[in-house]
Amino acid sequence: MKPVFTVTEGMLPVSTSYCPGCTHGVAHRIIMETLDEMGLLGNTIGVAPIGCSVVAHQFMNVDMCEAAHGRAPAVASGIRRVHPDKVVFTYQGDGDLASIGMGEIVHAAARGEKFSVFFINNGIYGMTGGQMAPTTLVGQRSTTCVDGRTVEQAGMPLRISELLATLDGPAYIERVSLDSPARIRAAKKAVRKAFEYQIAGKGFTFVELLSTCPTNWGLTPPNAMKRMREDVCAYYPLGVYKDTGKEAE
Amino acid sequence: MSEKVLMKGNEAFAEAVIRGGVRFYFGYPITPQSEIPEFMSRELPKRGGRFLQAESELGAINMAYGCGAAGGQGFISSSSPGIALMQEGMSFLCGAEVPVTLLNVSRGGPGIGSIQPGQADYNQVTRGGGNGDYRIPVFAPASIQEAVDILYEAPSIADKYRNPVMVLADGLMGQMMEPVMLPEEKHAFTSEEISTAKPWAISGSKKGTRSVVKSLRLQPEVLEEHVEHLFEKYAVMEKELERVECEGLEDAEVVFVAFGTMARLAREAMELLEARGIKAGLIRPISLWPYPYSAFDQLSPKTKAVVSVELSMGQMLQDINLGVKGRVPVRLIHRVGGMLPTSIEVVEKTKKILEEVR
Repeated sequence: MKPVFTVTEGMLPVSTSYCPGCTHGVAHRIIMETLDEMGLLGNTIGVAPIGCSVVAHQFMNVDMCEAAHGRAPAVASGIRRVHPDKVVFTYQGDGDLASIGMGEIVHAAARGEKFSVFFINNGIYGMTGGQMAPTTLVGQRSTTCVDGRTVEQAGMPLRISELLATLDGPAYIERVSLDSPARIRAAKKAVRKAFEYQIAGKGFTFVELLSTCPTNWGLTPPNAMKRMREDVCAYYPLGVYKDTGKEAE
Repeated sequence: MSEKVLMKGNEAFAEAVIRGGVRFYFGYPITPQSEIPEFMSRELPKRGGRFLQAESELGAINMAYGCGAAGGQGFISSSSPGIALMQEGMSFLCGAEVPVTLLNVSRGGPGIGSIQPGQADYNQVTRGGGNGDYRIPVFAPASIQEAVDILYEAPSIADKYRNPVMVLADGLMGQMMEPVMLPEEKHAFTSEEISTAKPWAISGSKKGTRSVVKSLRLQPEVLEEHVEHLFEKYAVMEKELERVECEGLEDAEVVFVAFGTMARLAREAMELLEARGIKAGLIRPISLWPYPYSAFDQLSPKTKAVVSVELSMGQMLQDINLGVKGRVPVRLIHRVGGMLPTSIEVVEKTKKILEEVR
């Protein structure tokens, strides 16, 4: 009998520690399935951030290290110098990448570092219990803005893909969303393209994956998906922000 | 092949670590060590290595962590405020047991302080400015030759213990020129050799031999066991890495304790004192951690005072007192802010101290 589905060897056979309805599991799986399909599992080094996904190395079946809060792009730059022929990626949340790690991500992108960044944007600090992030939407409640984020106090949320797309270093930047099967398939294509560009030596590749945090959003998993599809995607438009491969065609 | 050349301190330091096997440099410009990144940017690409100018000291230490975790022999140089910015990273490297060689060409503080030589990083480097229980061996050479010899050996020490190793020089040593014998270049690991030489490193795994480098241990009993393991390792390092040089202790009326360039000044003062009929000795800690406490057991019954000569407000006094154990009075001769005492100044202050304790 021909199997119609097999679990990827890219994910270790353990339960994840993520909350019900959180899309970290989906993001992990599409990245690791892609590496598996491309035959890269024995050839890849990953960097986990500080945040809920600090434990990504317990689930992703490749060589991995943790990085201090926000420093994953610097760590990956060091790894890349030692192993120029391996596939290197970082997996970072929005508190990690868009707040404390802004210096590292901007400079890694500007240098055109040849690794891939998977940016999990759920607009809140998950691990520490739901505080406001630089990506929290205006009006969105968090434990450090209980009446909702205001522009007067915290300014407007940062759009990282658009910001990095102003630089010359990145080869590919795309924002995707994990809110439906069709969009998850599209997200997986973006992940694959990032790895393909990295292997081709085109430069820095960056995929922003809009994600849910039902626990800290105070929503059920279906309502969290609905909010992401409607409110989050409205402020963070999906699409390709940079594609040097396409520009060259 | 080894060779004798006249070199500026900072450039000799850089050449020494390359010969010691380092192929990766990460750094951010800061006075008085900027000749080192300049030298590395010229030399490393020619010798099969990589130079990367970081966006900040935070970037530099974390690049070095990535490099070390991936099995590379990395090197970072900086100066006091830059070292302060790297302390989170040093704690992380110790927790994750990742090797790196660090050089601190220290200057004055607190804050931005000055760019003149200082030794007020003593507490920062021996007590650790980062969080948690950890230790970093620190060596304080007193000549460019000694710095070259230690920096040549440092990458191997870091690899042996899977721990950062620091060399503490000061702005004087970085900027002066001395003749040095450069040792023969060691073999540097290629990226292909890493997976067999360092199976723990994240080198891009073959299936079944996955490596994880981390410092997070959320379960209390697991973290406790890990910290106990680190301190068993540090106990071995304390035995194997302690280094000290003692001179003229047997009949000394006064014993100076000094490291780095201040040890050279203390030696000059010893000669001047001898001409004035006062016998002085010297304990020169070469390793500041582990500190050579046992050297103080060699103090003679003739010794009336132990005097620390430091470019700080006496940061080494705590360690000296732990070594002296109350046997004789301990005093301090110091200058700070980038000011240096003259040997005559040390002689005069020593005579006063002796009058006071007699």
